[in-house]
Amino acid sequence: MTNETKQAQHENLDTLTRGIWRENPVFVMLLGLCPVLAVTNSVVNALAMGLATTFVLFMASTVVSLVRKLIPKQVRIACYILVIATFVTVVDYLLQAISFEVHRALGAFIALIVVNCAILGRSEAFASKNNVGKSMLDALGFGGGFTIACLCMGGVREVLGAGTFAGIPLFGPSFAGWSIMILPGGAFFVLGAWLLLFNWLRERKERAEKFTGTSFENRETSKDLGT
Amino acid sequence: MNSSLQIFIDACLINNFVLAYFLGLCPFLGVSTKTETALRMGAAVIFVMLVASASAYGIHQILVYINAPYLHLISYVVVIASSVQLVEMFIKKFSPTLFRTLGIFLPLITTNCAILGVALFQTNREYDFIESLSFATGAGVGFTLALLMMSGIRERLELSDLSSVAQGAAVTLMVAGVLSMTFMGFAGMGR
Repeated sequence: MTNETKQAQHENLDTLTRGIWRENPVFVMLLGLCPVLAVTNSVVNALAMGLATTFVLFMASTVVSLVRKLIPKQVRIACYILVIATFVTVVDYLLQAISFEVHRALGAFIALIVVNCAILGRSEAFASKNNVGKSMLDALGFGGGFTIACLCMGGVREVLGAGTFAGIPLFGPSFAGWSIMILPGGAFFVLGAWLLLFNWLRERKERAEKFTGTSFENRETSKDLGT
Repeated sequence: MNSSLQIFIDACLINNFVLAYFLGLCPFLGVSTKTETALRMGAAVIFVMLVASASAYGIHQILVYINAPYLHLISYVVVIASSVQLVEMFIKKFSPTLFRTLGIFLPLITTNCAILGVALFQTNREYDFIESLSFATGAGVGFTLALLMMSGIRERLELSDLSSVAQGAAVTLMVAGVLSMTFMGFAGMGR
């Protein structure tokens, strides 16, 4: 009995953490790149975007999971998009009430959360097949992963481009910012650099595993992928 | 007339949808491996953008009339999805050859954020009907241009000797960064 609950706990934890690192929507699955590149020229914007997306993802996953047995298979995508669009409208008005400045900086990109393929992807791949609790955990994990990715981008771009972090100057007055990092081109470079880093880490890990033979961790991940 | 030409150039070159606004990145990274498919995808996107832009203009008028601005997003999404469906059925009926060549790319356009972007931007900037259409054409042509250039570069890139770490999305994004920088050269044209 205790063993079973422990296993269930482990599974829940895995559902939660999977989206943050192993299946990170941006760095691993390359989903929802448009907002990650477009609005991450400062840390505050990146955080607002990440939190807004997390909220929409969480609410949409919950609702989709609640009504998953009522929706006919043929029209499910249209229904998911309607649910997502409703919550995006909510977030749009919410953000306008909380901070008008951030809302203006993000502009149409708040509305464009609707077509963020990471959200539709989670609704289709996970929430439509699992119960409410699990879907919530999954949405939180993937939302967290998305927010972290936004912050990674925003942090690098603001520090290099403006010499500040969330508005706090870091390098003193003589620092000349790399304005390219704030401009669109810089977004592509920074994301490319992050992907290079992740590829390098993955390759190094694979090489190490080949060297030491099949490790315990490796066996466990392959079992996870199988189920 | 002058202003709609300006809007066209602005949407196509100065503020290119892919390289300056980062809209439609999924097909930009996904479909840009061959020049030919890139061209077909571009043509389909231009067409759907025009249809979506025209219907979004109509919806905007109705929503302003009944005073329900909070319905914008939902109705745009529904209209774009159904207009893609309509375009698909239309092409299937009248030109089966074209339908076969476009294949899977046609339904995938529904999830292209550039289309929704066109509808939202033209509403935000309060373009009239002609301006909206030239904005949509410019955005579509700009998208096709970026896709074509990228696919040309990627065809060459396949033959080059890359480190295994850099292969795939990483190097594609770096190339996109360089492309984006070249498009910044158009920035002065607006004034």
